[in-house]
Amino acid sequence: MLSKRIIPCLDVRDGKLTKGIKFKGNVDIGDPVEMAAFYYDQGADELVFYDITASYERRDIMIETVRKVAERIFIPFSVGGGIRTVEDMRHVLLAGAEKVSINSAAIREPGLITKGAEAFGSQAIVLGMDVKRVPPSEKVPSGYEMVIDGGRTFTGLDALAWAKEGERLGAGEICLNSIDADGTQKGYELRLTKLIATSVNIPVIASGGAGAMEHIHEVFAEGMADAALIASITHYGTHTVKEIKSYLHEKGIKVRMSW
Amino acid sequence: MLYSDFCILTSVFYILLFAMIAIIDYKAGNLTSVQRALAFLGQDSVITSSAADVLAAERVIFPGVGAAGTAMFDLMRLKLDAALVETYGRGKPLLGICLGTQIVMDRSEENQTRCLGIIKGEVLRFPEAISEPGTRRLKVPHMGWNRVNLKREHSLFVGIDPQSEFYFVHSYYPAPRDRRNLLGETIYGIPFASVLTSANLVAVQFHPEKSGRPGLRLLSNFCVWDGKDHA
Repeated sequence: MLSKRIIPCLDVRDGKLTKGIKFKGNVDIGDPVEMAAFYYDQGADELVFYDITASYERRDIMIETVRKVAERIFIPFSVGGGIRTVEDMRHVLLAGAEKVSINSAAIREPGLITKGAEAFGSQAIVLGMDVKRVPPSEKVPSGYEMVIDGGRTFTGLDALAWAKEGERLGAGEICLNSIDADGTQKGYELRLTKLIATSVNIPVIASGGAGAMEHIHEVFAEGMADAALIASITHYGTHTVKEIKSYLHEKGIKVRMSW
Repeated sequence: MLYSDFCILTSVFYILLFAMIAIIDYKAGNLTSVQRALAFLGQDSVITSSAADVLAAERVIFPGVGAAGTAMFDLMRLKLDAALVETYGRGKPLLGICLGTQIVMDRSEENQTRCLGIIKGEVLRFPEAISEPGTRRLKVPHMGWNRVNLKREHSLFVGIDPQSEFYFVHSYYPAPRDRRNLLGETIYGIPFASVLTSANLVAVQFHPEKSGRPGLRLLSNFCVWDGKDHA
């Protein structure tokens, strides 16, 4: 039986780690390569890197980080942030990432999902979705709207419709981030997670809101997520990945316990 | 002969000796990750699409991600299909990974492809109509960590905890006709053959290069394997 995955998320800017609270006030907390090795030793099942480097010229720093990480850890990891073309994807994948995550660029140019899937296979293409709760309307019947530019711009796209469209276009996985829950540490958006996870036939990684181990249990048991993205809960030493896994294991969630 | 010349000669000798793991490149996968894992283990390797290099190698790794149809087309175009069958026939250690594992079978449901036929049987697609406990239906591809239940001991699994899990990404699985080829089984909705073997060939459906320490151990076991099935 497939294990539920625990995926620490590392935000990287100019080659250094940050952790954003609601996308504001990022603070440097260390070296991404060391942190990746640390999580690898703790039993993380996968890692996600978000490159939030502002200037396009400095993106080579991220490629160098990816290369160093790939020499140290032997579990899958994905890289997102600022990937706009198939060439951008190629650089990241050749440097050693298993997957790339595309978000705003996929909304601006949906064909990018298909182009990426054709070039590298669907398993390499993660559709990143930033979602905000809105009153249900004719345009957004699910009551969840896609937002871009770090949550600043509403797109008028319904999240459920976009998830299905992303799967149809060739995405191999969805990383579903609730902007409302992100940084609150009050738990994942369970209703949204369940809605998307039970509507598509590709794995869904729940993101945003994990502050306690109970939240991670909920998102698997009630949210039907295939994987859980975590950040603050482990970055600041509240819990280790190992503690989280032992807790889930005791609660009857199938997780990888030997590494 | 000067001592410095001797040093150069010995280093050339070592390069030749340790570059004897060939990773077959047929435009089908993330080969650099296999090479990186071997480098971490201190093993040099060459990524090659030359049939001559494959035949000259001491041991061969046959990875792959992608579709069976395109993969077989590229293998035949590069005459690597014959080189692989010959490598197998010569008794050299041969490791198939992911799509490489499916390609050793007779044929694949994917693009209705005729494959190498080293192991008898077919490659089938996971049925989406069945489900795992706690899910509505089976998500395909089978992506993530899962256990391998070994049917018996094998040199490649020496030192690997039976509770270990490995990283899988695939929509099709091999179904060997002869149970003697079945070395390991994994359950995803249904039990399927995740590790196959036939003499000097071991083929794994998961990615050892992405499976943490157990995966690295399997690769390091392969690097010293004599190609004999001691069972």
